[in-house]
Amino acid sequence: MNPEPRLVEVRKNVLKQNDILARALRERFREAGVLAISLVSSPGSGKTAFLEKTLTLLHTRYKVAALVGDLATENDAARLARSQAPVKQIITGTVCHLEAAMVQNALDGWNLRDLDFLFIENVGNLVCPSSYDLGEDLRFVLLSVTEGEDKPLKYPTIFNSADVAVITKSDLAAAVEFDEAAAKRNIQAVRPGMQILKLSAKTGKGMDEFLEFLEKHRLRARSAAAIRT
Amino acid sequence: MHELSIAMSIVDLACEEAESHGAPGVDVVYLKLGPLSGVVKEALLFSYEIACQQTPLEGSKLLIEEVPIVVNCPACRERRSVQSIQSLCCAECGTPTPEILEGRELMVTALELRQ
Repeated sequence: MNPEPRLVEVRKNVLKQNDILARALRERFREAGVLAISLVSSPGSGKTAFLEKTLTLLHTRYKVAALVGDLATENDAARLARSQAPVKQIITGTVCHLEAAMVQNALDGWNLRDLDFLFIENVGNLVCPSSYDLGEDLRFVLLSVTEGEDKPLKYPTIFNSADVAVITKSDLAAAVEFDEAAAKRNIQAVRPGMQILKLSAKTGKGMDEFLEFLEKHRLRARSAAAIRT
Repeated sequence: MHELSIAMSIVDLACEEAESHGAPGVDVVYLKLGPLSGVVKEALLFSYEIACQQTPLEGSKLLIEEVPIVVNCPACRERRSVQSIQSLCCAECGTPTPEILEGRELMVTALELRQ
């Protein structure tokens, strides 16, 4: 007869390795005084266009850089390089999300103290990225007006894991009869109190408010770093 | 789908624990899973079997306890459940409640070690 199995208590997070790395990254960002922002969304919601516009507008005044996750191609990095900012592609292969270790590896050779803003564009996916902390200060979830107002209800977890929602492609809102009030209501339902920005990377409308928002958070990150040192 | 990589992390974690207790394997892994973990139970169970192959966990069972979302309701000033994952409002008074106390769990709580 087999002896009785022995029950042991464990209580460990399955993603503890990722969490440990993410915490270390967050600490590095804080010490360097760089504001790290990640972008998540479904494929085709305009992450890369939005990021290209952001880098282009910011890089005249700030030192900015970006990491871009993609399953297979380097197309996004090539597009973003037009902004003149340093950009590195993270090719994830079959992996449908970024993990903290991938961010850590991609930062090799970059001195974070030389940067004001670091952007991390996740793989286009509204499911898997929600489980992984990347050490970012702020996570933006993008929702384009062409996607339908109920996306937040279909993917509540990713909206819940994010800090700010950005409604993109606002120049197309009228053409697709986008119901902005319904979209905002749905975002608030899954993440009460979430800040919502609306913009168009194509026309530039709303980008000023977005940049102001970033600058405000960067100042806050800087002063927090100054207090600590 | 990222459940296979999650399942592999569970197997790694359980193997480490078993080894630290000097056990040759594991019969049961107890896991706590919250609705905001971003992990789907069925997909995880399916992936788990694959992840266990040719490891000390081969043939083991994954017992998943699904735990609800718990928030701190600012109006009731109490721990409360919510109306649904699509509506993070206090189930008692209907106040929107962003302060989540529980519901993101993806945690191995215990193991039954093979002797």
